[in-house]
This record gives sequence, structure tokens and C-alpha cells, in this order.
Amino acid sequence: MTLTLAALGPALPELLLAAAAIGLLMLGAFGGPKSTDTVNGLALAALFAALVLVLLGPSNATLFNGAFQVDEFARFMKVLALLGAGGTLAMSVDWLKAEKQARFEYAILVLLSTLGMMMLISAGDLIALYMGLELMSLALYVIAANNRDSVRSTEAGLKYFVLGALSSGMFLYGASLIYGFTGSVNFAQIAEAAREPSLGLIFGIVFTFAGLCFKVSAVPFHMWTPDVYEGAPAPVTAFFASAPKVAAMAVFVRFAMEALPNVTHQWQQIIVFVSIASMALGSFGAIGQRNFKRLMAYSSIGHMGFALVGLAAGTEQGVEGVLVYMSIYLAMTLGAFACILSMRRKDGIVENYEELAGLAHTNPVKAFMLAVLMFSLAGIPPLAGFLAKYYVFLAAIEAGLYALAVIGVLTSVVGAFYYLRIVKIMYFDEPAAAFEPMPSELRAVLAVSGLFTLLFFVYPAPLIAAAGVAARALF
Amino acid sequence: MYDWPILSVVTFLPLVGALLIVLMIRGDDEVAKRNARWVALWATLVTFIISLLLLFGFDPSNQDFQFVEYHPWLGSVAAYRMGVDGISLPFVLLTTLLMPMCILASWEAIQHRVKEYMICFLVLETLMIGTFSVLDLLLFYFFFEGGLIPMFLIIGIWGHGRKVYAAFKFFLYTLAGSVLMMLAIMAIYWQAGTTDIAVLLKHDFPEGMQYWLWIAFFASFAVKMPMWPVHTWLPDAHVEAPTAGSVILAAIMLKMGGYGLLRFSLPMFPDASAYFAPFVFTLSVIAIIYTSLVALRQEDMKKLIAYSSVAHMGYVTMGIFTLTQEGIQGAVFQMVSHGFVSGALFLCVGVLYDRMHTREIAAYGGLVFRMPVYATLFMVFTMANVGLPGTSGFVGEFLTLLAAFGRNTWVAVFATTGVILSAAYALWLYRRVIFGALEKESLKGLRDVNARELATLVPLLFFTILFGVWPQPILDACNVAVNAIVARADVAAGAIRAAALVLP
Repeated sequence: MTLTLAALGPALPELLLAAAAIGLLMLGAFGGPKSTDTVNGLALAALFAALVLVLLGPSNATLFNGAFQVDEFARFMKVLALLGAGGTLAMSVDWLKAEKQARFEYAILVLLSTLGMMMLISAGDLIALYMGLELMSLALYVIAANNRDSVRSTEAGLKYFVLGALSSGMFLYGASLIYGFTGSVNFAQIAEAAREPSLGLIFGIVFTFAGLCFKVSAVPFHMWTPDVYEGAPAPVTAFFASAPKVAAMAVFVRFAMEALPNVTHQWQQIIVFVSIASMALGSFGAIGQRNFKRLMAYSSIGHMGFALVGLAAGTEQGVEGVLVYMSIYLAMTLGAFACILSMRRKDGIVENYEELAGLAHTNPVKAFMLAVLMFSLAGIPPLAGFLAKYYVFLAAIEAGLYALAVIGVLTSVVGAFYYLRIVKIMYFDEPAAAFEPMPSELRAVLAVSGLFTLLFFVYPAPLIAAAGVAARALF
Repeated sequence: MYDWPILSVVTFLPLVGALLIVLMIRGDDEVAKRNARWVALWATLVTFIISLLLLFGFDPSNQDFQFVEYHPWLGSVAAYRMGVDGISLPFVLLTTLLMPMCILASWEAIQHRVKEYMICFLVLETLMIGTFSVLDLLLFYFFFEGGLIPMFLIIGIWGHGRKVYAAFKFFLYTLAGSVLMMLAIMAIYWQAGTTDIAVLLKHDFPEGMQYWLWIAFFASFAVKMPMWPVHTWLPDAHVEAPTAGSVILAAIMLKMGGYGLLRFSLPMFPDASAYFAPFVFTLSVIAIIYTSLVALRQEDMKKLIAYSSVAHMGYVTMGIFTLTQEGIQGAVFQMVSHGFVSGALFLCVGVLYDRMHTREIAAYGGLVFRMPVYATLFMVFTMANVGLPGTSGFVGEFLTLLAAFGRNTWVAVFATTGVILSAAYALWLYRRVIFGALEKESLKGLRDVNARELATLVPLLFFTILFGVWPQPILDACNVAVNAIVARADVAAGAIRAAALVLP
């Protein structure tokens, strides 16, 4: 089989990102620190170009003997991942400069990581999946330690690396078992072979799922999340919380739905347990936190639990729920981190959310937007977060997972407590000193995500329809 | 009836008012405050006037939903459907009538963050009207739950004392009750394939499923009503909320629970409703007696009225679950009447609080000498609260007790003791506050009610007396709709009820 250049068309966004990353690395290496701004700008442009290419590109194609597949599902998730990466990169540039952590490698690593995510989302066999996973993760380990003079940041990078390597090992072990017992690494062929569960296959499923749970930070593989979120510089945390979560969730769904649709009952109980544990730990764990980034870590653990409710259903409706959930989660997370990044006073940044006291007096618009995001994260109608939860639980009820649904909604009530506390601090408490004015890029991200969250219910049909089309691609 | 979507206009007009305040009024000075108040007042007044058109266009003999509107929204999962019938229309009008009074009652009492306050109230009005006029389950949940956000802010920002505790308790309690209803809505969607309430009212759910759905809906409405033993959020929320917030809570938000029971639990799950009726009777009777006794021991005026609200809601639930024409009509009437009376009582307390900044009963006494007009108004509302014939409070209590007597004598006997107890706590409150010697120095300079306060209280006085001597309009309005519920309950659950209610 010969591969012509034209046949690579479907992988054009990935090729572009790869070329851009290499080119910018040259530019940075030869241009020195003063080229950082150029690198940042061009990296953003590359992400945007990749987004356009994904949108314009084909909606159904496979490459490399099925190792790389483009379908509606992949396009949907790639758009989310690129938006997450682009949004966080745009928010981080000035922040890192102000904190004297600006390095040209940062943007390049974000590009490489995003490339990994896109390969991950399009993966059609276990080897491509592993490649994408490692490319994404290795870049993430490095940028976690971006602030290399800080003990906390380097600790975060190291911790992430050690635990991430462990989880990769587990995934590889599981993948080898699956290969051994089905005779293939290709998802479609695994699905053919795995009609009857065998002990070896089940072991393989457990280990691969453990590796994937680590990447989406689902309980019991969540331990790294609070420490890494707290230790890493805030823009990096914003990146961790958005794009990689989308990509890992995408491959989780694809792997479960394409490779293991005939043994649903074998893995469903794993997902049900992981989902319940994540929702519960996310809700209860966040109550004691005072650091906003750490709070968001627990919050994201909980939200991954909610998204997994859709996967647990194992139906088309469930996948649609996951897609809707991840899109809305992405919007809310970006907005919340825009607020965290703007918590800066003259004497430096603060991370304790009690510093937000009385924000409704000092900056009413920002307080309002953050309040909208918090109510939405808590899942209160009519905000977007409610509809996200509605769709995943709708799938769970359809699949008859009543216990999961009941426990899930009750933990969401517990979770509402700590989101409300942030609203309380902003609106009920006496004002603290005002923050520095918000930079325009943070303001833009906050405005877009806040308005999206607030007004999503007015015209939700396009996103829901797109998610429906994307979900259908897997069935 | 009308060429234009009148229900949507009534529902969203307050929101337009809120947007006007957001967009037009800048700054925080006296002018801005005054403008915000006037915009809010006009928005609520215009809404009220337009809602009167609903009354004129409404055909009480028609069993179907009227002023129906439809727009696609979320595919098959939900759609924008509006419409009212004889059960929801009184509550829509009650809401639009009370809102201008709430704005007026906050005219001087609220002095900081006036703009935000008015926005919260206008948004809340939209959500409340929407709750009563939507015909789609998911959309109902949207409005029902959405009301938590502005109320949380109203209690938390403009409340008194332990306002943060009260706001959290209110929010989390109600949310915990409601999330189960959300799951039930999903189960209904998968079972019936639609969330259109008009269709669901005629849908027959399997009996086994009905019990679970009933429990899930009841969890939500019982908290909202509130019924004993999940009523404990109410005294806190009522006491710490600003006056207008208490009025809204007592007069309208509590009614959402009763409305929900009438709209969903009874017609959709008739078998389960009949099965659980004795259980609800038990809770209602306990609520009536226990909370009346608790009310006797209160030292805070608002708390006393709050507990009396719980007791009065006990009559409502009792009346609803008699599953008879009189009982349900009585419950609807009791809810509307309680809207006027409890709202007015909270306004009366607000009048005193604005002057003295305390709600301690012991801080007052002998007010009749300084405030004769106030004493008269307060007396009428106290009597209505007791259920004196000639006031609206009597009709509802009488009808529900009558129906309960037909179902189960013991329920009626115990519930009637509540009437006596209510006379005890209400009259005792009145004696301690209004009568006695005017001894306290601080009270000697009190002014009587002013024109603004009269404007909030006199309309309520008018309706309290009017419906007391002429209850027909409300009873007629809901007659046909109640008929349909009762017919459904009778057909579907005749056998079960015969088995379940062979009590003495």
C-alpha cells in the first residue's frame, strides 16, 4: 500500500500542529527569549488554523490501516480540545509574563500536547491510542513544572510524572492482555473477537480502564489531581482542567464503545463504581478546601464522575450526554479559571477564594459572571450546567441505572454547598481590597463562557443536535 | 382567545423590567435608587394589569388548558408549552397581584443595593409566574428550581441576623427535595415519550411505577409546602428574609408545592395518591397540631406566623388528599386565601419592624393607642388567620375539614383542634402586641401606617373580606379542572381507595 500525500488529507490538522510545533521550536531556539511573544502568537494562530481545518475537513475517513479515524465524534471532540487549548493559551500569555515565567517552550509544549490529544481522539487501535496518550502526557508533565524555581511546581511535575508513568504502565499491561486474548489491537477487530468475555480479556479491560481513569482523574485514580492542580502555575492548571480532560474522556468513550460494545456488562459495573466514587469524593472533598485551584481540582473530579454517568449507560443517548456534558464543562471551567487568573493584587497573586469577599461591590460584572458559573457548576436550572447533568442522567435512567442516578443527584446537592459558598463570599461578605483590573483576554474568556452558560438554555438545539450526530458516529 | 401570546408576555414582562434596570440605570446614588424602584413598580403593575386580561378571557366552563402556546425547544426532550386552567390561573393572578405590594413594601426598608434587589424580585416574578403557567415537565422544573437563585440572594444579601445560615438551609433543603423529582421527570419521559403535561394528564402509568414517581414528586413538593417533618427550613428562611421576601415565600412559593401536588401527583399518579392518602393525612394532622403548639411558644412575630403557615398548609394537603371535589376546591381556596392573609401578616410585621427594628413580641404592647388604623388592619388579618367566618380564611378551612370528615372522622377531629389552637396563638399574639398598656418609652413616638403602607395592606384587606363573603369566583374558576382530577382519581383508584380507607 502506498501512501500519497493527498491521502493524508484527513490528518491535515494534526500535520499542521506537528509542523508548527517543530517550526516554532526552531524559531524559539534560534531567536532566544525575545522571540517568546512571536512564538506565542504563532502557536495561537496554529491552533486556530487547526480548528478551521477540523471544521472544514472530511467527516468520515480512516488512515493508516484504521489506526487513525476521522468521524463526527472525533471532529466534535477535537473542536472542544482545540477551543480548550486555545482559550487557556490565550489566557496564560500575559499571566506568565507578569509572573516572570514566560518561556517560549510553554506554547510549543501546549501545541505538542494538543497534537497528542487530537491523535488520541482519532485513535482507532491501541497503539495509536498509546502514542497519543504519551505525547499528550509527556508534554503535560513538563509544563506542570513550568515554574522551575518553585518547589511546589516542580513537585507537581514530578508527582504527575511518576503517577502518570505508573498509569501508562498499567494501560500497556492491559492493552497487551487484550491483544493476547483477542489477537488484535484494532478496535473493530477487538470488538469482533471479544464477543464472549474471557478472564484474560476482563483483566485487560480492568487495567486499560485504570489507565484511562487516571487520565480523566476519576476516583480511585485521582490522587494526583489536587496536588498537581495546586502546585502547577494557574494557567497550566486551567489547561489541565480543560483540554486533556476532553481528550481523555473522548478516547475513554471511543474505546469502550468501539472496542468493547459486546462486553458492556463486564465494564459497566466498573464505570458505575468509578462514577459514584468520583461524584462523592468530588463533592465531599471540596468542602474543606480554601485554595481555589484545589477546589477546582475536586470540582473537576466530581464533574468527571457526572460525565462518566453517561458512559456507564453505554448507549447512544449516554454518549450524547457525555458530549454535551464535556462541552458545557469546558465552557464553565475556562470561565472559572479566567476568574482565578485575575485574582491579583498589587503585592501578587492570591489563590484563597476567601479573597473574593465582597467582589459584588468591587467588581459587580465579574462577580455576576462567576456567580453564574458557580450556580451552573452546581447544576441549578436554567443555567447550562443543569442541562448537562440532565442529559447524562436521562441516559442513566433509560439504561435503568437508578441507584447510580439517585446517588449522583444527591451528591450534586452536597456539591452545591461549596459552589454556593463562593457566591456567598462574593455577595454576602464585607468587601476586601479590590483586585487589579482584569486583562482584556481574561475578560473576553470570562464574558464568552459566562454568557454561554447563562443563555445556553435559550437556544440549546444546535449543540445538542451536533452532539447527537457525533454520538451516532460510534454506533 | 387573544392573537398575541399573552401568557408569555405576562411571564416575561418582569424580566424585561429587570433588563431595563440592568441596562438603563447606572450608578448607586439616590436618583438611581429611585429610578430602580419606579421601574420595578411599573413593571409589576403593568404585568398585573395585563394578567387581568387572562381573567377576562378565561372560560371557566372549558376543561382544557387555555391561552396555549407552543414552540419547539429541545427536540423530543422538552418544548416550550404554556397554558393555564382553573387551578393555575388563581395562582398566576395571586403572584401578579402581590408583586407590586412587595415592591412598595421594600420602598423605604431597602436602602442598599436597591438596583440588585429590584432585579432579583423581577426575575423571581418571572420564574414564579412561569412555574404556574408552563405545560412542560422539564420547563416546569426549570422555573420551579430557578426560583432558588434569586431567593437565595434575597435572603442572603438583604436578610437579617443569621441570614447566611437561613439562605443555605433554604437552598440546600429545597434542592435536595427537588433533584429526585428531576429523575422522576426523566423516568416519565422514557415511559410516556413526552413531557407535555396535557398529554401526561391522560397517560396511564403502570401502577408499580406510580408509587416511585409519586414518592419522588412528593419529596420535592413536601419540602416546598412545607410539610412536617421537612418544614424546618421555613422558620429560618422566613424570619431572616426581608419583609417582601417573607411575603413572597409565604404567599407564593409555598403554593408551588400545593400546585405541584394538584397538577402532577393527583392526576398522573391516581393509584399512588389514593394509596398514600392515609400517610399524607397523618403528616397533615401532625403538622396542624404540632406546629400550632410550636407557634404558641414563639417570641418572634415572624417565626410565629411562619409556624402558623406550616399549620395552614396542613389543611391544604389534607384537603387535596381527600380526593373529593370539596376537599380539593377547599385546598385551592385555602392556598389563595393564605396567600392574602399570610402575605398581609408579614407586611404588618414589616410595618413594625421598619419603625422599631425588632420583631420581639415582648418589645411591643399597647400599640392600639398610637396606631389605631394599624390595629384595625392587623385585627382583620389575625381573624382571617384564625378562620373567622366572613373572612377568606374560613372558607378554605371549612371545605377541607368538611371533606376530611367525609373521608375519615378522626382526621377531621384532630385537624379541627388546629382551628382552636390557631385562635389561641393568633389572638394571644394580637393581645401582646396591640393591647395592654402603652408602657414602653420607645413606642410612644410611633407613627400610624402611612399612605404607602396602606396601599399595600388595603387591597389585601379587600380581597380577604370579599372572598370571605363571596367565595364563588375562585370556586367557580377551579370547578371544572378539579372535576377532572376527581373523576380520574375515582375511576383509576376506586378499588384501592376502598381497600385503603376502611378506617373507622
